[in-house]
Amino acid sequence: MRAPSSDLPLVLDNVSLQAGATTILDRLNLTITPGAPTLIVGPNGSGKTTLLRLCMGLAAPSAGRVSWGGRVDSKPVRRAILFQRPVMLRRTAAANVAYALAQAGTPRRERAARVAVLLERVGLFDLAQRPARKLSGGEQQRLALARALARDPQILLLDEPTASLDPAATRGVEEIVLMAAQSGIKIVMASHDLGQVRRLAGEVIFMVRGALCERAPAAGFLDHPTTQEAAAFLRGDLVI
Amino acid sequence: MTDQLSAWQLILSGDAALFAIVWLSLAVSLSAVVLAALAGMPLGALLALTRFPGRSVLVVLLNALMGLPPVVVGLAVYLLLSRSGPLGGLGILFTPTAMVIAQTILIVPIIAALTRQTIEDLWAEYRDELTAMDVGPAGRMMTLLWDARFSLLTALLAGFGRAAAEVGAVMIVGGNIDGFTRTMTTAVALETSKGNLPLAMGLGLVLVAIVLAINAAAWGSRVWSERQAG
Repeated sequence: MRAPSSDLPLVLDNVSLQAGATTILDRLNLTITPGAPTLIVGPNGSGKTTLLRLCMGLAAPSAGRVSWGGRVDSKPVRRAILFQRPVMLRRTAAANVAYALAQAGTPRRERAARVAVLLERVGLFDLAQRPARKLSGGEQQRLALARALARDPQILLLDEPTASLDPAATRGVEEIVLMAAQSGIKIVMASHDLGQVRRLAGEVIFMVRGALCERAPAAGFLDHPTTQEAAAFLRGDLVI
Repeated sequence: MTDQLSAWQLILSGDAALFAIVWLSLAVSLSAVVLAALAGMPLGALLALTRFPGRSVLVVLLNALMGLPPVVVGLAVYLLLSRSGPLGGLGILFTPTAMVIAQTILIVPIIAALTRQTIEDLWAEYRDELTAMDVGPAGRMMTLLWDARFSLLTALLAGFGRAAAEVGAVMIVGGNIDGFTRTMTTAVALETSKGNLPLAMGLGLVLVAIVLAINAAAWGSRVWSERQAG
């Protein structure tokens, strides 16, 4: 059975990450609590992906501290991540979800029923027996969502999951993300699509050069950014 | 020309001695592949997934052992199993069991080295997803071995090819005893030196045909199962 501990609040305490002489993240302070979706916005190379990897515990900070529900050990309990390009296990769609359920500690006798529910939730019920690697990009990303939801997460991190998808597939993914948000899962998603930010965000975290530049409610940020960098980014200027 | 004709006649007439030799060769080499896979695959996966001082040396050594000369393996196993050797009490020298042992030792490095490479490449791809799903070390190994199953089939075939083709090891520890430890390769060597070219050629043809058939079957099953599982 699952440990009673929680992965929220997620707290980054003065976190920096260096790779050689390059500073990828610069003294970030951030607290993520339950609530409306948080969208991480910023130019390429501003550290969005690295921030999400730190939040997942896949990378360790070179200075500062990341904690989940007050714990600093990085074992994921009730958090999950969706990568830009998900890796499908070389099995059927259903077996991919069953695998995630097994890892999350779901008892064997409950798995088949939960696989069906999760596949239904992401609209892949009819493709259950299809090899996962033969699915389209959008279908793979939805299957990755089903795998992430199998962990019954409190917080779901997403790294530009629709960056390489067409509009129809993007809508499919966004609908599932919104449904997850409505069910109480905290969404933290990197995006460079301002339309997507408008559609999904409750609040926005704007990053430049590895530092947190602005954090504001989505509508306020999009229409009245308070920093010069954010205003320039929203105008479409290159922010270096 | 007449030699070739009589070789075919020998095969087509279903010569009993010939089939006993074929059967023993297959039994010995396939047993060795199964045993070597049971040892070599976990070993290769372990080496792919762990980091420790001296690991690079071990990897280089393992790769080098893929070229282990069969006669050297045969000699080592002979010394172990001979009457005065440390395992002489078992009394299994010059039996098919000794031949299986020698061939297993010969192909464990091949299967382990190819498995290590395959698993290491797949781990680079799977690392983030499996870490995010909190998969433990044992689970990682099982998952990677299963998901690499189609590529690992190639490692098994390489092992089988090596075992079925070698003469030196089975000759030394088996003794090429007629009707007991005579395999296709030792028989070919013997019959050629005796000048019985029809039998030598018949055995050679059968050996090539069997290796071909097993590779074709493996290829077919790979294509079929990849279509099933992606």
